[in-house]
Amino acid sequence: MYDFDYHRPTTIADAVALLAQAEDGRPLAGGQSLIPTLKQRLAKRSDLVDLSAITELRGIRDDGGTLVIGAMTRHAEVAASDLVRSAIPALAATAESVGDAQVRNLGTLGGSIANNDPSADYPAALVGLGATIVTDRRSIAAEDFFTGLFETALAADELVVSVRFPRPDRAAYQKFPNPASRYAVVGVFVAKTGNAVRVAVTGAGAVVFRHSAMEAALTNSFTPAALEPIETPADDFNGDIHASQDYRAHLVKVMAKRAVAALQ
Amino acid sequence: MIKFGIGQAVPRTEDARLLTGRGRYTDDIRLDRQTYACFLRSPHAHAELRAIETARATAAPGVLAVFTGEDLETDYIGNLRCLVDLKQSDGTPLKTPPRPALALRRVRHVGEPVAMVVAETAEAARDAAELIEVDYDPLPAVVETRAALDPAAPGIWPEAPGNLCFEWQRGDRAATDAAFARAARVIALDLVNNRLVPNSMEGRAALGDIDKTGRMTLYVSSQGVHGLQKQLAEDIFHDKPERIRVVTTDVGGGFGMKLFLYPEYVMVLYAARWLQRPVKWAAERIESFLSDDHGRDNLSHVELALDRDGHFLALRVDTVANLGAYLSNFAPYIPTHAGTAMLAGVYTTPAIDVRVRGVFTNTAPVDAYRGAGRPESAYIVERTVDFAARRLGLDPAELRRRNFIPPSAMPFETALGSTYDSGDFARTLDTALAAGDAAGFPDRRAAAKLRGRLRGLGLASYIESCAGGGPELATLEVGGDGKVTVLIGTQSNGQGHETAYKQIVASRLGVAPDDITVVQGDTDRIRWGSGTGGSRSVPVGGASLAESVRKVIERATPKAAELLEAAAVDVEFRDGSFAIAGTDRTVSLRAVAAAAAPKGGGPAFSEESRWRPPANTYPNGTHLCEVEIDPETGGVKVVRYTVVDDFGVVINPALVAGQVHGGVVQGIGQALLESCVYDAESGQLVTASFTDYAMPRADHVPPIDFHLECVPCQTNALGMKGAGEAGAIGAPPAVINAVVDALAEFGVEHIDMPVTPEKLWRTIRDARAGR
Ligand SMILES: Cc1cc2nc3c(=O)[nH]c(=O)nc-3n(C[C@H](O)[C@H](O)[C@H](O)COP(=O)(O)OP(=O)(O)OC[C@H]3O[C@@H](n4cnc5c(N)ncnc54)[C@H](O)[C@@H]3O)c2cc1C
Repeated sequence: MYDFDYHRPTTIADAVALLAQAEDGRPLAGGQSLIPTLKQRLAKRSDLVDLSAITELRGIRDDGGTLVIGAMTRHAEVAASDLVRSAIPALAATAESVGDAQVRNLGTLGGSIANNDPSADYPAALVGLGATIVTDRRSIAAEDFFTGLFETALAADELVVSVRFPRPDRAAYQKFPNPASRYAVVGVFVAKTGNAVRVAVTGAGAVVFRHSAMEAALTNSFTPAALEPIETPADDFNGDIHASQDYRAHLVKVMAKRAVAALQ
Repeated sequence: MIKFGIGQAVPRTEDARLLTGRGRYTDDIRLDRQTYACFLRSPHAHAELRAIETARATAAPGVLAVFTGEDLETDYIGNLRCLVDLKQSDGTPLKTPPRPALALRRVRHVGEPVAMVVAETAEAARDAAELIEVDYDPLPAVVETRAALDPAAPGIWPEAPGNLCFEWQRGDRAATDAAFARAARVIALDLVNNRLVPNSMEGRAALGDIDKTGRMTLYVSSQGVHGLQKQLAEDIFHDKPERIRVVTTDVGGGFGMKLFLYPEYVMVLYAARWLQRPVKWAAERIESFLSDDHGRDNLSHVELALDRDGHFLALRVDTVANLGAYLSNFAPYIPTHAGTAMLAGVYTTPAIDVRVRGVFTNTAPVDAYRGAGRPESAYIVERTVDFAARRLGLDPAELRRRNFIPPSAMPFETALGSTYDSGDFARTLDTALAAGDAAGFPDRRAAAKLRGRLRGLGLASYIESCAGGGPELATLEVGGDGKVTVLIGTQSNGQGHETAYKQIVASRLGVAPDDITVVQGDTDRIRWGSGTGGSRSVPVGGASLAESVRKVIERATPKAAELLEAAAVDVEFRDGSFAIAGTDRTVSLRAVAAAAAPKGGGPAFSEESRWRPPANTYPNGTHLCEVEIDPETGGVKVVRYTVVDDFGVVINPALVAGQVHGGVVQGIGQALLESCVYDAESGQLVTASFTDYAMPRADHVPPIDFHLECVPCQTNALGMKGAGEAGAIGAPPAVINAVVDALAEFGVEHIDMPVTPEKLWRTIRDARAGR
């Protein structure tokens, strides 16, 4: 690890100010992705702004039917929350599927989405549910937030404050975990609200995406069989020692069918 | 009555200390004025080392010294040596290219140490290492076992043309050829034994120190101090062994990998001598992946000849073994003598012909890893038998039974010259089939089918070879206070040796376990030892210890007789006291020790023994594994696991169960998850972290149903056979046999380890498509 200055502000405003002043600062949330890159000297940061003392960033609440989760809420808290489990059980299940217990006890919602790992689970839930990301300065629709491989719409000194989740009628998440890392080789989030169906896919491509062919098919007939004829082009997919492009494309269908089956 | 006797599942006496953070591992040791080392490692798989510019690093803040291979050459520091003499089939010796502690003129694998920085802090050393400029001229590399012998492959050593380190033969070729010529059936298959990274929980660590007289001390996480001491003195520093003390404290896993001398150990001593200060190095996890010796990595072509009734007539095995870029201490021994000796398995196969070619590649050295050659052999034998059964349309258990060596044939000399003293292979098989409810399997398979899962049942009746490798020295001291000290040359890496040794002493000498101290890992306190490897510690060390106990009793008896005012011949020892035979007049060992203790201090009795095993021991058993496959994803889960082992006499069933559980988990890891992958083009290690190298976890493993069906060993003083590696030996073939069984409906006959989801999915897809 290279040397850096460490800050622990107690308000969002102070955190943003510290980031704006820093030469090359980063917010520090659960540290599950940031700390390893620093330890391996893959990144060098002038300042780390620890968000853990900012109470405004924590907590889970119901805001007139919309579920609001603070950026610093740990995966384990989301997984165990009665509110989340009753409002959007699939979201609790998504949090529960992340990594292992140690990672879930430290990793945060804000850190996960700001990091935007192509294999992360939360992006599928956010896009699948049509969530809105609230930052210190604006609101961003999930589909506009995840812009590319490890890239988001956030400005360098912009903080995720919370995420607002509208309640679907039904939703399910199915994930095929990487046996080594437990990230999603492929994860598919399916949500149905009224007649609208959203299908969000993570792990397969450079960034989470909505599967419009599947959404159209499921709007017609919300059954696993409706997905059977749909082939997903694999050309832009990730391929590595764990899963080739066409295997990932295959898993997209399997996971989507299972998610829909879980909602029958 | 003794509550801590041989055969009792007493809890480990070391656990309270280790589990509450009071263990003392090498990296926990902090010496005064200690400095820190960082190694700059090669980013290339193969390159000319044109120049190393160290001036900026040397001038960096906190830096004390920077060393390169040329410094070692200038100072006549010896090379690390391969300790194995292997005669090739043409009578010439194997090729043993030089291995300096830091690369000289050329680098031959990613992660090879190129320079060492020593600084006041670990971070300063790391910062400075980044300032070293190395001028590399990259060369083409070869990393794959199957590619190494290709005439077009880049050559790694001029002295080893074609990257061939050795070609070695064993068995009877003529008899084997003759048997094949008259065989009714011949079965052939190719097997991959995948390359593994040992991944001990505690990484390697070393701390070099030097005193005013120039005597050096190496604190190191090892599996035995004496072998390292000898090499460091004789091969590296050209000094007397007593001028180098080697100390090992607690060790967090070794699996064979920590037996060997590594470049970093040489360097911390060299630097300590140069700086006259202690020098510490502890591996980061990525260094463990890059520079710990790896395991396995064999390709084998196997042929089995059978008669019309399914009796094995002969076996032919042709193996290519990847040795890495440099020869580690025992590297050539593992795929040759160590492994192939067990190719007869538990069968009567009368003729066997083995050829092994050891090859150099641009990869980390490969050496012993839990089982060291025997897992490779067991995999060959037990996969081939299952494969043959399927081809012949026979029940795999039945084909095994037809070929088992019966207990009545013991002692049995195999076609490769191993003499099995005992074993009842049909019994472990039958017990496993009963305990694992093989009879109920068809129902479980049908039920799985309804859930969309393919269920398979796999067997492996393994045998292995343990407790070889010379004698072990065990010293027993009884103090004037009746307290007992055991000094022994083996080295626990977490197995629980302390508990096992205490059980032997407690039961034979009647001393409470709290009054026994076990000392391992210090060349100053223990004169000699062979270390821990090959499941030998308790079978050999324990037998030596039992002999020392006997000697202490013998030595104490005259003193007891004196105290009892009886003739020594009338005095006998039982339950911790000496008694006049036929009377109730006794005197305790403690009282005898108090009377015998020398006035000036020191132990009342001190006896040492060096029991030498007359032969290897042959632990054996049957593993029964059930898997379920999700054919849509290729996911596979081990859902039921039964082990029935014959370990001979068992000192502590709980310790042994722990060894079996750990070994089975490692075996499941090899079969389904673990795979060390180098990129074929660049030679980079692709799986250099746990993000890409899949380790088995608790949820990969079902409860393991473990049984013992022991036949005492006829050649071990205590009847023990050894248990440390067996789990990792039986598991891989059992798991793969189960996977193949599950796939039988598609006509799949074989799938290579590790059975990753994509591989399995493709296999099923191709089989369905009739390819
Ligand atoms: C072993 C392991 C397994 C894992 N498995 C999974 C898995 O299965 N699925 C999965 O989805 N994830 C997985 N993760 C990732 C983990 O769950 C975390 O979500 C992730 O590491 C980031 O969250 P964090 O809170 O630790 O953020 P940090 O590591 O602290 O930060 C990550 C990035 O986000 C930035 N950041 C943090 N908070 C904010 C904020 N409020 N506003 C703006 N920027 C911010 C940081 O500056 C940094 O760039 C795994 C991680 C590990 C180590």
